[in-house]
Amino acid sequence: MAILEVSHIEKHFGNTKVLEDVSFSLEEGKALAIIGSSGSGKTTLLRCLNFLEAPDQGTISVKGEVLFDGSAPHVGREKELRKKRLHFGMVFQSFHLFPQYTALENVMLAEEMLAKEREDYKSNKREIQEEIRKHSLGLLAQMGLAERTGHYPHQLSGGQQQRVAIARALALKPDILCFDEPTSALDPELTGEVLRVIRGLAEQNTTMIIVTHEMAFARDVADQVIFMDGGVIVEAGESRQVIDHPREERTKQFLSRYKCEGNH
Amino acid sequence: MFWTVTLELLNGLSTTFQIFIFTLIFALPLGLLMALGTMNKCKPLRFLLQVLVWVIRGTPLMLQLIIIFYGPGLWLGHNIWNGNEAGRITATVVAFSINYACYFSVIFRGGIEGVPVGQREAGQVLGMTRGQIFFKITLLQMVKRVVPPLSNEIITLVKDTSLARIIAAYELTFAGYSFMKSAGITWPLFYTGVFYLIFVGLLTLLFNYIEKKLSYFR
Repeated sequence: MAILEVSHIEKHFGNTKVLEDVSFSLEEGKALAIIGSSGSGKTTLLRCLNFLEAPDQGTISVKGEVLFDGSAPHVGREKELRKKRLHFGMVFQSFHLFPQYTALENVMLAEEMLAKEREDYKSNKREIQEEIRKHSLGLLAQMGLAERTGHYPHQLSGGQQQRVAIARALALKPDILCFDEPTSALDPELTGEVLRVIRGLAEQNTTMIIVTHEMAFARDVADQVIFMDGGVIVEAGESRQVIDHPREERTKQFLSRYKCEGNH
Repeated sequence: MFWTVTLELLNGLSTTFQIFIFTLIFALPLGLLMALGTMNKCKPLRFLLQVLVWVIRGTPLMLQLIIIFYGPGLWLGHNIWNGNEAGRITATVVAFSINYACYFSVIFRGGIEGVPVGQREAGQVLGMTRGQIFFKITLLQMVKRVVPPLSNEIITLVKDTSLARIIAAYELTFAGYSFMKSAGITWPLFYTGVFYLIFVGLLTLLFNYIEKKLSYFR
């Protein structure tokens, strides 16, 4: 069964329709890449999944549980909303690390906040914090940042910052990890290290949705690809199929433009 | 004579200092609350606060002080302030706290709005509550941003305390001035400048220290 079911999502900003009848599903352990030009609605779609935007219509279900239903759009109290958000992890284009915390503290923060709600927090404070610390250090090591745990964000390169952000998103063990153009804010020589990390996650069967402009990466790493244009899904399918042999005219146009740009 | 004057000015300085410190204690949190209020969804609240800020920033602090001190006695027929020194200091602190809270609120709002939206969103997607996001993420970044403009206002406050003379609170300037009447000498009044300079000098050192402390992140 699909871990994520998105059906008939619609979203307007004022009079502009940014998402129209967007439906797709994602199997557990698979990676989905969303491609398309700027303004096609990719980012808005991810933001809807993370409840940073509320869709006007449609439903979003994870593991069979309906998290959002456009016919009863009230997302509920903060507590429920927070619980729903935790199904998803989010990695932003421009990292959004917390500048006043070290890499390690950035990764630990959310887990610490959540632990405070545990009933045994007060009695086992030490052990719980040590546990969180170990877990966070492990995640940073997995990102190849074992030597950088005490650094503040401004002391790290863009690629390192984004890898900290990925560790931070993984800390709460989300069901689905979302990436919003994770390498678009990076210098070309730094994209490789971030893409390698994401590739590693895909090999461990992390369920992921990746909005990206890296076509070769989408083709190799993602299982499925969705091409969006003007707020609608134009073409969806197996990644090699969509990127190497697109059926739709619009997809072909988009990808050919990419090949030209790629030759520069 | 020099020591007599110095001691008397120190006496005035203690009132100046009380007005200064109590105004900060009340105006800083009040300003923060007002800043959060002006960013609240509730439109009437926002409007009310905007009018308040307009009126307070749009009229002289001295006038506000006079209204606060004499107003209750004049219009309500009941002087709520004790006629003694403590009553005058309290009235001054009330007037100053309202006035400075308005200025602080604008600075705080700028500081909060200056923190990128992405910071709040990053907290949200990590399942943090609004309180956690404010206290654990936004607050310190805001503080870092507001230290320079806030230090301006706080230094102005040191010198604004001299307005309390208008309701006969015996603060530093009043103390210096009183020698003109009692002893016919003018230099104590000018001598008060030294006290203000030292006061502001120490504050400047404090602000530099805070800015340095917060420079570990960007």
